[in-house]
Amino acid sequence: MANRPELIAPPEIFYDDTEARKYTSSSRIIDIQAKLSERALELLALPGDGVPRLLLDIGCGSGLSGETLSENGHQWIGLDISQSMLNIALEREVEGDLLLGDMGQGLGLRPGVVDGAISISAVQWLCNADKASHEPRLRLKCLARGARAVFQIYPESVAQRELILGAAMRAGFAGGVVVDYPHSSKSRKEFLVLTCGPPSISSEAPKGKVGDMESCSDDESSGDEENRTVCISDRHRPRKKQKITKKGKGREWVLKKKEQMRRKGCAVPPDTKYTARKRKARF
Amino acid sequence: MRLLTHNMLSSNIKGVANGFPLLIEVEKVIEKQVDFNPDFLKNIFPKIEWQALVQASRSMGYSELPEESPESSMLDSDDFLMKFHHVLLELHLEEGALVCPETGRKFPVNKGIPNMLLHEDEV
Repeated sequence: MANRPELIAPPEIFYDDTEARKYTSSSRIIDIQAKLSERALELLALPGDGVPRLLLDIGCGSGLSGETLSENGHQWIGLDISQSMLNIALEREVEGDLLLGDMGQGLGLRPGVVDGAISISAVQWLCNADKASHEPRLRLKCLARGARAVFQIYPESVAQRELILGAAMRAGFAGGVVVDYPHSSKSRKEFLVLTCGPPSISSEAPKGKVGDMESCSDDESSGDEENRTVCISDRHRPRKKQKITKKGKGREWVLKKKEQMRRKGCAVPPDTKYTARKRKARF
Repeated sequence: MRLLTHNMLSSNIKGVANGFPLLIEVEKVIEKQVDFNPDFLKNIFPKIEWQALVQASRSMGYSELPEESPESSMLDSDDFLMKFHHVLLELHLEEGALVCPETGRKFPVNKGIPNMLLHEDEV
Protein backbone atom coordinates (compact mmCIF):
# COMPACT_ATOMS: atom_id res chain seq x y z
CA MET A 1 0.00 0.00 0.00
CA ALA A 2 1.42 3.36 -0.94
CA ASN A 3 -0.25 5.09 1.94
CA ARG A 4 -0.81 3.60 5.35
CA PRO A 5 -4.57 3.45 5.95
CA GLU A 6 -4.26 4.62 9.52
CA LEU A 7 -2.91 7.94 8.30
CA ILE A 8 -6.01 8.54 6.20
CA ALA A 9 -8.80 8.23 8.72
CA PRO A 10 -9.70 6.51 11.98
CA PRO A 11 -10.68 2.86 11.43
CA GLU A 12 -14.42 3.23 11.92
CA ILE A 13 -14.46 5.81 9.14
CA PHE A 14 -11.85 4.28 6.86
CA TYR A 15 -13.64 0.94 6.84
CA ASP A 16 -17.00 2.06 5.53
CA ASP A 17 -19.31 -0.29 3.62
CA THR A 18 -17.44 0.00 0.33
CA GLU A 19 -13.99 -0.36 1.80
CA ALA A 20 -15.10 -3.19 4.02
CA ARG A 21 -16.51 -5.13 1.11
CA LYS A 22 -13.45 -4.42 -1.02
CA TYR A 23 -11.17 -5.59 1.76
CA THR A 24 -13.05 -8.80 2.24
CA SER A 25 -13.43 -9.68 -1.43
CA SER A 26 -9.77 -9.33 -2.23
CA SER A 27 -8.44 -12.84 -2.58
CA ARG A 28 -4.97 -11.59 -1.83
CA ILE A 29 -6.05 -10.13 1.46
CA ILE A 30 -8.03 -13.22 2.37
CA ASP A 31 -4.98 -15.32 1.70
CA ILE A 32 -2.64 -13.09 3.71
CA GLN A 33 -5.02 -12.87 6.63
CA ALA A 34 -5.44 -16.62 6.70
CA LYS A 35 -1.70 -17.17 6.74
CA LEU A 36 -1.13 -14.56 9.43
CA SER A 37 -3.90 -16.01 11.57
CA GLU A 38 -2.50 -19.51 11.27
CA ARG A 39 0.90 -18.26 12.29
CA ALA A 40 -0.51 -16.29 15.19
CA LEU A 41 -2.41 -19.34 16.33
CA GLU A 42 0.83 -21.31 16.17
CA LEU A 43 2.58 -18.67 18.25
CA LEU A 44 -0.18 -18.86 20.84
CA ALA A 45 1.28 -22.25 21.71
CA LEU A 46 -1.98 -23.63 22.99
CA PRO A 47 -1.62 -27.12 24.43
CA GLY A 48 -2.08 -29.57 21.58
CA ASP A 49 -4.65 -31.66 23.36
CA GLY A 50 -7.45 -31.08 20.89
CA VAL A 51 -9.58 -29.25 23.43
CA PRO A 52 -11.25 -26.22 21.91
CA ARG A 53 -10.38 -23.00 23.65
CA LEU A 54 -12.02 -19.61 24.07
CA LEU A 55 -9.99 -17.01 22.23
CA LEU A 56 -10.25 -13.32 21.64
CA ASP A 57 -9.80 -11.71 18.24
CA ILE A 58 -8.98 -8.06 18.72
CA GLY A 59 -9.81 -6.03 15.64
CA CYS A 60 -11.60 -8.98 14.06
CA GLY A 61 -12.95 -6.92 11.19
CA SER A 62 -14.98 -8.98 8.75
CA GLY A 63 -14.02 -12.21 10.44
CA LEU A 64 -11.24 -13.35 8.13
CA SER A 65 -8.94 -14.16 11.01
CA GLY A 66 -11.77 -15.53 13.13
CA GLU A 67 -12.57 -18.09 10.47
CA THR A 68 -9.11 -19.55 10.90
CA LEU A 69 -9.82 -19.89 14.61
CA SER A 70 -13.11 -21.66 13.92
CA GLU A 71 -11.44 -23.95 11.42
CA ASN A 72 -9.08 -25.00 14.17
CA GLY A 73 -12.01 -25.85 16.37
CA HIS A 74 -11.90 -22.93 18.78
CA GLN A 75 -14.61 -20.68 20.08
CA TRP A 76 -13.87 -16.98 19.82
CA ILE A 77 -15.15 -13.54 20.62
CA GLY A 78 -14.29 -10.82 18.15
CA LEU A 79 -14.09 -7.10 18.79
CA ASP A 80 -14.04 -4.40 16.15
CA ILE A 81 -14.80 -0.71 15.94
CA SER A 82 -16.20 -0.68 12.42
CA GLN A 83 -19.88 -1.56 12.07
CA SER A 84 -19.42 -2.01 8.32
CA MET A 85 -16.76 -4.64 8.82
CA LEU A 86 -18.87 -6.45 11.38
CA ASN A 87 -21.83 -6.43 9.00
CA ILE A 88 -19.72 -8.26 6.46
CA ALA A 89 -18.76 -10.73 9.17
CA LEU A 90 -22.47 -11.33 9.81
CA GLU A 91 -23.04 -11.91 6.11
CA ARG A 92 -20.29 -14.50 6.14
CA GLU A 93 -21.98 -16.13 9.11
CA VAL A 94 -18.86 -16.41 11.20
CA GLU A 95 -19.13 -18.70 14.18
CA GLY A 96 -17.66 -16.38 16.74
CA ASP A 97 -19.55 -13.78 18.69
CA LEU A 98 -19.00 -10.22 17.58
CA LEU A 99 -18.74 -7.10 19.69
CA LEU A 100 -18.82 -3.53 18.46
CA GLY A 101 -16.26 -1.76 20.57
CA ASP A 102 -13.08 0.24 20.74
CA MET A 103 -10.01 -1.71 21.81
CA GLY A 104 -8.54 1.50 23.16
CA GLN A 105 -11.40 1.84 25.60
CA GLY A 106 -10.76 -1.43 27.36
CA LEU A 107 -12.00 -4.82 26.34
CA GLY A 108 -14.80 -5.05 28.84
CA LEU A 109 -14.17 -8.67 29.73
CA ARG A 110 -13.82 -10.24 33.13
CA PRO A 111 -10.27 -10.96 34.25
CA GLY A 112 -8.76 -14.33 33.42
CA VAL A 113 -11.44 -15.70 31.12
CA VAL A 114 -9.86 -16.15 27.72
CA ASP A 115 -7.19 -18.69 26.90
CA GLY A 116 -5.48 -16.52 24.34
CA ALA A 117 -5.84 -13.48 22.17
CA ILE A 118 -4.82 -12.73 18.64
CA SER A 119 -4.89 -9.56 16.68
CA ILE A 120 -4.12 -9.44 12.99
CA SER A 121 -3.12 -6.14 11.44
CA ALA A 122 -5.09 -4.16 13.95
CA VAL A 123 -3.10 -2.85 16.88
CA GLN A 124 -1.23 -0.26 14.83
CA TRP A 125 -4.53 1.63 14.53
CA LEU A 126 -4.15 2.40 18.22
CA CYS A 127 -0.98 4.32 17.64
CA ASN A 128 -2.86 7.17 16.01
CA ALA A 129 -4.90 8.63 18.81
CA ASP A 130 -7.80 10.24 17.01
CA LYS A 131 -9.78 11.38 19.98
CA ALA A 132 -8.51 13.54 22.79
CA SER A 133 -9.84 11.06 25.31
CA HIS A 134 -7.84 8.30 23.76
CA GLU A 135 -4.95 7.01 25.71
CA PRO A 136 -4.28 4.14 23.43
CA ARG A 137 -3.53 1.30 25.78
CA LEU A 138 -4.69 -2.16 25.18
CA ARG A 139 -5.85 -3.56 28.49
CA LEU A 140 -5.56 -7.29 28.52
CA LYS A 141 -6.73 -8.24 32.00
CA CYS A 142 -8.97 -10.85 30.49
CA LEU A 143 -6.07 -13.16 29.67
CA ALA A 144 -5.87 -16.22 31.86
CA ARG A 145 -2.62 -16.98 33.64
CA GLY A 146 -0.06 -18.33 31.26
CA ALA A 147 -2.17 -17.38 28.30
CA ARG A 148 -0.68 -15.50 25.45
CA ALA A 149 -1.59 -12.65 23.22
CA VAL A 150 -0.18 -12.56 19.73
CA PHE A 151 -0.44 -9.36 17.78
CA GLN A 152 0.54 -9.21 14.15
CA ILE A 153 1.40 -5.61 13.48
CA TYR A 154 2.71 -3.35 10.80
CA PRO A 155 4.65 -0.80 12.80
CA GLU A 156 5.18 2.36 10.86
CA SER A 157 8.63 2.90 12.26
CA VAL A 158 11.07 1.73 14.88
CA ALA A 159 9.67 4.36 17.19
CA GLN A 160 6.20 2.95 16.87
CA ARG A 161 7.32 -0.57 17.58
CA GLU A 162 9.16 0.68 20.65
CA LEU A 163 6.03 2.47 21.75
CA ILE A 164 3.94 -0.66 21.52
CA LEU A 165 6.55 -2.90 23.11
CA GLY A 166 7.30 -0.38 25.85
CA ALA A 167 3.67 -0.06 26.78
CA ALA A 168 3.36 -3.84 26.96
CA MET A 169 6.41 -4.20 29.21
CA ARG A 170 5.28 -1.42 31.51
CA ALA A 171 1.93 -3.11 31.85
CA GLY A 172 3.71 -6.16 33.17
CA PHE A 173 3.64 -8.53 30.26
CA ALA A 174 6.58 -10.69 29.36
CA GLY A 175 7.38 -11.40 25.79
CA GLY A 176 9.01 -10.10 22.69
CA VAL A 177 8.85 -9.74 18.99
CA VAL A 178 8.98 -12.66 16.60
CA VAL A 179 9.98 -11.65 13.12
CA ASP A 180 9.36 -13.92 10.17
CA TYR A 181 11.49 -13.44 7.07
CA PRO A 182 13.32 -10.46 8.52
CA HIS A 183 15.39 -9.91 5.43
CA SER A 184 12.66 -9.67 2.89
CA SER A 185 10.88 -6.35 2.80
CA LYS A 186 7.92 -7.99 1.11
CA SER A 187 7.47 -11.09 3.25
CA ARG A 188 8.61 -9.67 6.54
CA LYS A 189 5.99 -10.10 9.22
CA GLU A 190 6.15 -9.08 12.82
CA PHE A 191 4.37 -10.69 15.71
CA LEU A 192 4.33 -9.25 19.17
CA VAL A 193 3.97 -12.19 21.54
CA LEU A 194 3.01 -11.35 25.11
CA THR A 195 2.59 -13.71 28.02
CA CYS A 196 0.48 -12.98 31.00
CA GLY A 197 2.02 -14.04 34.26
CA PRO A 198 4.24 -17.08 34.63
CA PRO A 199 3.96 -19.33 31.61
CA SER A 200 2.30 -22.66 32.16
CA ILE A 201 4.61 -25.65 32.09
CA SER A 202 3.28 -26.94 28.82
CA SER A 203 3.97 -23.78 26.84
CA GLU A 204 7.34 -23.09 25.34
CA ALA A 205 8.91 -20.03 23.81
CA PRO A 206 8.30 -19.62 20.07
CA LYS A 207 10.83 -21.47 17.95
CA GLY A 208 13.65 -19.49 16.53
CA LYS A 209 17.08 -18.25 17.41
CA VAL A 210 17.28 -16.60 20.77
CA GLY A 211 19.65 -13.68 21.16
CA ASP A 212 20.53 -10.44 19.56
CA MET A 213 22.43 -11.73 16.57
CA GLU A 214 20.69 -11.44 13.29
CA SER A 215 21.44 -14.52 11.28
CA CYS A 216 22.71 -13.51 7.89
CA SER A 217 20.96 -16.12 5.86
CA ASP A 218 19.71 -14.97 2.53
CA ASP A 219 17.63 -18.03 2.04
CA GLU A 220 14.10 -16.80 2.53
CA SER A 221 12.42 -19.97 1.49
CA SER A 222 13.79 -21.85 4.43
CA GLY A 223 11.40 -19.94 6.62
CA ASP A 224 14.06 -18.07 8.49
CA GLU A 225 12.69 -16.94 11.80
CA GLU A 226 14.23 -15.16 14.70
CA ASN A 227 13.12 -14.80 18.22
CA ARG A 228 14.64 -11.69 19.59
CA THR A 229 13.80 -10.64 23.07
CA VAL A 230 12.86 -6.99 23.11
CA CYS A 231 14.39 -6.22 19.75
CA ILE A 232 14.96 -2.53 19.41
CA SER A 233 17.36 -2.06 16.53
CA ASP A 234 15.91 -2.25 13.11
CA ARG A 235 17.58 -2.94 9.86
CA HIS A 236 16.95 0.19 8.00
CA ARG A 237 14.95 -1.02 5.09
CA PRO A 238 15.51 1.24 2.13
CA ARG A 239 12.28 2.15 0.55
CA LYS A 240 11.99 1.30 -3.12
CA LYS A 241 12.40 4.69 -4.70
CA GLN A 242 10.95 5.56 -8.01
CA LYS A 243 13.51 5.91 -10.69
CA ILE A 244 14.27 9.62 -10.85
CA THR A 245 13.56 10.56 -14.44
CA LYS A 246 16.13 13.04 -15.58
CA LYS A 247 15.12 15.70 -17.99
CA GLY A 248 16.65 13.47 -20.63
CA LYS A 249 19.88 13.93 -22.42
CA GLY A 250 18.35 15.04 -25.62
CA ARG A 251 19.37 14.74 -29.25
CA GLU A 252 22.02 17.40 -29.08
CA TRP A 253 23.93 15.65 -26.37
CA VAL A 254 23.80 12.33 -28.15
CA LEU A 255 25.09 13.82 -31.38
CA LYS A 256 27.88 15.54 -29.52
CA LYS A 257 28.88 12.30 -27.86
CA LYS A 258 28.86 10.44 -31.15
CA GLU A 259 31.10 13.07 -32.67
CA GLN A 260 33.50 12.67 -29.74
CA MET A 261 33.63 8.92 -30.25
CA ARG A 262 34.27 9.35 -33.99
CA ARG A 263 37.16 11.65 -33.23
CA LYS A 264 38.51 8.99 -30.95
CA GLY A 265 38.30 6.57 -33.79
CA CYS A 266 35.51 4.23 -32.68
CA ALA A 267 33.06 2.74 -35.09
CA VAL A 268 29.94 4.80 -34.67
CA PRO A 269 26.70 4.30 -36.60
CA PRO A 270 25.84 7.19 -38.92
CA ASP A 271 23.53 9.93 -37.72
CA THR A 272 20.09 9.60 -39.15
CA LYS A 273 16.69 10.93 -38.41
CA TYR A 274 16.31 8.07 -35.97
CA THR A 275 19.19 9.08 -33.76
CA ALA A 276 18.13 9.84 -30.20
CA ARG A 277 14.51 9.41 -31.08
CA LYS A 278 12.30 9.00 -28.05
CA ARG A 279 11.63 5.33 -27.41
CA LYS A 280 8.63 3.77 -25.66
CA ALA A 281 8.99 4.04 -21.88
CA ARG A 282 9.45 0.31 -21.36
CA PHE A 283 12.37 0.20 -23.75
CA MET B 1 -24.61 -12.92 21.08
CA ARG B 2 -24.38 -16.16 23.01
CA LEU B 3 -24.56 -16.50 26.74
CA LEU B 4 -20.95 -17.65 26.66
CA THR B 5 -19.96 -14.14 25.63
CA HIS B 6 -22.45 -12.51 27.96
CA ASN B 7 -20.87 -14.38 30.84
CA MET B 8 -17.54 -12.75 30.06
CA LEU B 9 -18.74 -9.22 29.42
CA SER B 10 -18.67 -6.57 32.04
CA SER B 11 -19.45 -2.90 32.01
CA ASN B 12 -16.37 -0.85 31.35
CA ILE B 13 -17.68 2.54 32.30
CA LYS B 14 -15.35 4.73 34.29
CA GLY B 15 -16.06 4.65 37.97
CA VAL B 16 -18.08 1.47 37.94
CA ALA B 17 -16.86 -0.89 40.64
CA ASN B 18 -18.74 -3.98 39.67
CA GLY B 19 -20.04 -4.03 36.14
CA PHE B 20 -20.82 -7.72 36.09
CA PRO B 21 -23.13 -9.27 35.23
CA LEU B 22 -24.92 -7.15 32.67
CA LEU B 23 -28.68 -7.47 32.88
CA ILE B 24 -30.39 -8.61 29.73
CA GLU B 25 -33.35 -6.91 28.13
CA VAL B 26 -34.73 -9.36 25.63
CA GLU B 27 -36.50 -8.43 22.44
CA LYS B 28 -35.64 -11.33 20.23
CA VAL B 29 -33.99 -14.65 20.94
CA ILE B 30 -33.07 -17.20 18.34
CA GLU B 31 -31.68 -20.69 18.69
CA LYS B 32 -28.85 -21.95 16.55
CA GLN B 33 -27.59 -25.47 16.33
CA VAL B 34 -24.01 -25.92 17.46
CA ASP B 35 -21.98 -29.13 17.55
CA PHE B 36 -21.80 -30.66 20.97
CA ASN B 37 -18.28 -30.78 22.35
CA PRO B 38 -17.97 -32.00 25.94
CA ASP B 39 -14.23 -31.25 26.09
CA PHE B 40 -14.85 -27.59 25.48
CA LEU B 41 -17.62 -27.49 28.05
CA LYS B 42 -15.51 -29.12 30.73
CA ASN B 43 -12.63 -26.78 29.94
CA ILE B 44 -14.70 -23.62 30.06
CA PHE B 45 -16.78 -24.59 33.07
CA PRO B 46 -14.37 -23.28 35.76
CA LYS B 47 -14.38 -19.87 34.09
CA ILE B 48 -18.13 -19.51 34.01
CA GLU B 49 -19.95 -17.46 36.62
CA TRP B 50 -22.75 -19.85 37.34
CA GLN B 51 -25.30 -17.54 38.90
CA ALA B 52 -24.94 -15.05 36.11
CA LEU B 53 -25.49 -17.80 33.59
CA VAL B 54 -28.61 -19.08 35.30
CA GLN B 55 -30.11 -15.62 35.58
CA ALA B 56 -29.30 -14.86 31.97
CA SER B 57 -30.83 -18.11 30.74
CA ARG B 58 -33.99 -17.43 32.70
CA SER B 59 -34.33 -13.96 31.18
CA MET B 60 -33.97 -15.58 27.76
CA GLY B 61 -36.78 -17.95 28.57
CA TYR B 62 -34.96 -21.13 29.48
CA SER B 63 -35.54 -22.40 32.95
CA GLU B 64 -34.09 -25.87 33.01
CA LEU B 65 -30.65 -24.96 34.26
CA PRO B 66 -30.18 -25.87 37.93
CA GLU B 67 -29.69 -22.90 40.22
CA GLU B 68 -27.07 -24.32 42.53
CA SER B 69 -23.61 -24.36 41.13
CA PRO B 70 -22.97 -27.91 39.99
CA GLU B 71 -20.16 -29.97 41.43
CA SER B 72 -17.63 -31.54 39.15
CA SER B 73 -19.45 -34.86 39.27
CA MET B 74 -22.34 -33.34 37.40
CA LEU B 75 -19.98 -32.56 34.54
CA ASP B 76 -19.87 -36.24 33.75
CA SER B 77 -23.57 -36.49 33.26
CA ASP B 78 -24.44 -36.11 29.61
CA ASP B 79 -27.86 -34.83 30.44
CA PHE B 80 -26.45 -31.90 32.37
CA LEU B 81 -23.84 -31.25 29.70
CA MET B 82 -26.50 -31.07 27.02
CA LYS B 83 -28.37 -28.41 28.94
CA PHE B 84 -25.18 -26.52 29.65
CA HIS B 85 -24.26 -26.70 25.97
CA HIS B 86 -27.67 -25.48 24.91
CA VAL B 87 -27.65 -22.50 27.23
CA LEU B 88 -24.06 -21.52 26.61
CA LEU B 89 -23.77 -21.85 22.87
CA GLU B 90 -27.16 -22.26 21.26
CA LEU B 91 -29.24 -19.44 22.70
CA HIS B 92 -28.63 -16.18 20.91
CA LEU B 93 -29.77 -12.73 21.83
CA GLU B 94 -30.54 -11.10 18.48
CA GLU B 95 -32.20 -7.89 19.51
CA GLY B 96 -32.37 -6.24 22.88
CA ALA B 97 -30.01 -4.55 25.25
CA LEU B 98 -27.46 -5.18 27.96
CA VAL B 99 -27.79 -3.03 31.03
CA CYS B 100 -24.99 -2.00 33.35
CA PRO B 101 -26.01 -3.13 36.85
CA GLU B 102 -24.59 -0.03 38.52
CA THR B 103 -25.39 2.87 36.25
CA GLY B 104 -28.31 1.48 34.29
CA ARG B 105 -26.67 2.50 31.05
CA LYS B 106 -27.94 0.44 28.14
CA PHE B 107 -25.75 -1.21 25.55
CA PRO B 108 -28.03 -1.95 22.60
CA VAL B 109 -27.83 -5.29 20.83
CA ASN B 110 -28.57 -5.30 17.10
CA LYS B 111 -28.37 -8.31 14.81
CA GLY B 112 -26.70 -10.13 17.65
CA ILE B 113 -23.91 -7.58 18.05
CA PRO B 114 -23.81 -5.63 21.30
CA ASN B 115 -22.62 -2.06 20.91
CA MET B 116 -20.09 -1.62 23.68
CA LEU B 117 -18.71 1.70 22.48
CA LEU B 118 -18.40 4.11 25.36
CA HIS B 119 -19.16 7.78 25.11
CA GLU B 120 -16.40 10.29 25.69
CA ASP B 121 -17.42 10.94 29.26
CA GLU B 122 -17.58 7.29 30.22
CA VAL B 123 -14.01 6.40 29.42
